[in-house]
Parts: sequence; structure tokens; C-alpha cells
Amino acid sequence: MMGKFLAKVVVTLKPSILDVQGRTVENSLKTIGFSQINNIRVGKYITFTVDANTIEEARKIADNATDTLLFNPNIETYNLEVVEMETGDRR
Amino acid sequence: MKFGVVVFPGSNCDHDAYYALKHNLGYDVNFLWHKDASIPTDIDCIVLPGGFSYGDYLRSGAIARFSPIMREIIEFAKKGRLVIGICNGFQILTEAKLLPGALMKNYSLKFVCRDVFLKTVSSNTPFTSLIERGRVLRIPIAHFEGNYFADEDTIKELKNNEQIVFQYCDKNGNVTEEANPNGSIENIAGIVNKQRNVLGMMPHPERYCDPVLGGTDGQVIFQSIENYLLTITKEVLCLG
Repeated sequence: MMGKFLAKVVVTLKPSILDVQGRTVENSLKTIGFSQINNIRVGKYITFTVDANTIEEARKIADNATDTLLFNPNIETYNLEVVEMETGDRR
Repeated sequence: MKFGVVVFPGSNCDHDAYYALKHNLGYDVNFLWHKDASIPTDIDCIVLPGGFSYGDYLRSGAIARFSPIMREIIEFAKKGRLVIGICNGFQILTEAKLLPGALMKNYSLKFVCRDVFLKTVSSNTPFTSLIERGRVLRIPIAHFEGNYFADEDTIKELKNNEQIVFQYCDKNGNVTEEANPNGSIENIAGIVNKQRNVLGMMPHPERYCDPVLGGTDGQVIFQSIENYLLTITKEVLCLG
């Protein structure tokens, strides 16, 4: 039976790449008093649903979509999580 | 000599490119729509213009890369035909993997819109066939994501194959950190692919083709393309 799965992708710049946006946010936080905060990285959080028979199949589809369009391997890395949605969860 | 200027939703330098090519330089030009599924057979060189194709959503150039015309352009390029990507066009070419590397946010996190000086590092491309090595061009940039990045191995390869075409420099041609407007690795402003038929560059040569606009250094890039095509046509005729 076809199920519905929720994919959550977090895309960030590779650790080796200077994140100028993260640096600016970090400077701002320090300016307003958060001196304890360091190493800010800013990324993208992308969610989508997948229709598939199994969670493995859903993961494969989500992985493929992420590889094809959602991230740029030259500069970015990603973390993908796929969970089965409960019936009636229409998020 | 006929150029094809691609129009994506969000392109905003397409008409500048058309005007420069047609009215300043006197070439034939056609607009090509992003949904077109073929390239007219009389097109000699494709121009991917600057702008914000598909709103720069996700990443600059990432979505444009999958438009119907890009499938054709990838085939066109693979056949050795000429493609020049300017600014957003450069970003699209890297996303389409026709050129290596990626263009990231400027180091300053500022949109930079001003004239820069470019050192011509290689004359050995169709796009620089009339520009002697070392010649400095003054051409404007206007971008937020022009910070060229490629890993160490790729940079080594670019250097070994003489694929770096333009570097940001000062007015005397010195490639310095101060002359780098966006943080690009090795001050890279423009590169070609290994086959040398695809050029990507962040600066806008089409904006400096009319003396009224403050400069004409952009003309020689398009004239180089014509010169190259005339040369190979002659060679073919001689061989024939």
C-alpha cells in the first residue's frame, strides 16, 4: 500500500568553506551581548512529502531529488531525514 | 555571425546584450525563449545573460539549469559550439556542469556594482582571440554572488590547462587582494571549459559596448568571437 513520507533536508556549506553569512550573524550576536556563541553556520531547511511503498523507497527518491537539484556538491553538504507520516497528518 | 540571447524568467540583461550586439556591434541577434526545445540552426554563439533567473531561488542558476533550452544548450556546447555566460549566465553554466566550480555570496556580503579591471590571462580562447595576453580591460560588475570557488585539484587543473581567462586586477594589471571585489579564489573573474568553447564571466562586457555608457572595452570580447568564427570558416574553406 502506498504510504506518505516526510523528508527533511538540511543543506549547509561544507565545513571547509568560509560561511560569510554565518560570520555576519555571529558578529551581530556578539555585538548584542552573546559572547559565548561561536561557529555559526547558516544553511537551508527544506521539507517535502514523498509518496512511496516503503521508507527505503521514499529515502531513495528524496536522496535522488536532493542530489539532482537541492544541493551543490562543489560547496555544500546535506543531511536527509525521512520519516513515515501518520495517517491524517496532512502537513 | 548570429548570436542567440536566452531569456529566462528573471533575466534582466537580455535586452542589454541584444542592444550591444545588434546596435553597437552590428551582428544579427535572436532572443531564445527558455521554453524553446530547439536552437535555430543559424545561431553561431549562445549568450546566457545576467539577471536573476527564477528569482535566484534555491541557488543562483540552479533552476534555470533544468529549463528546456538548457538541455539544448548543453548539447550545443558538447558539439563544440560557442556559449558565453555573463554573471547569472556564469552561475547557470556552473550549475549545468558545463564549467567547474561554483559562485558563492560575495565575501563582503554586499551587492557590488562598479567598474573593475580585468587582466586577460589567456588569449587562447575564441572569446579572447583579439585580446593580447596581459591586456587590461575595464568592465563593470553587478552581483551579490560572484565569489568563485573550486577545490584545490580543480584550480590546479584550471591553471594547467590555461582555463583561467580573466582575473580581477588593478588598473596596471597587478592581480592583488585589494583588486578582488568579491573574494574569488585566485581573483578569478572568468574561465573557459577544457574544450575552450564555453566561457563564464561575472563582469558584464555587454554594458561597455557603447561610448555613451562610459566604456567600450566589452566590444573586443564579442569581436573576438567573430574573429574566431571567421578564422575557422576560412580554415575549413582552405581545407575543402
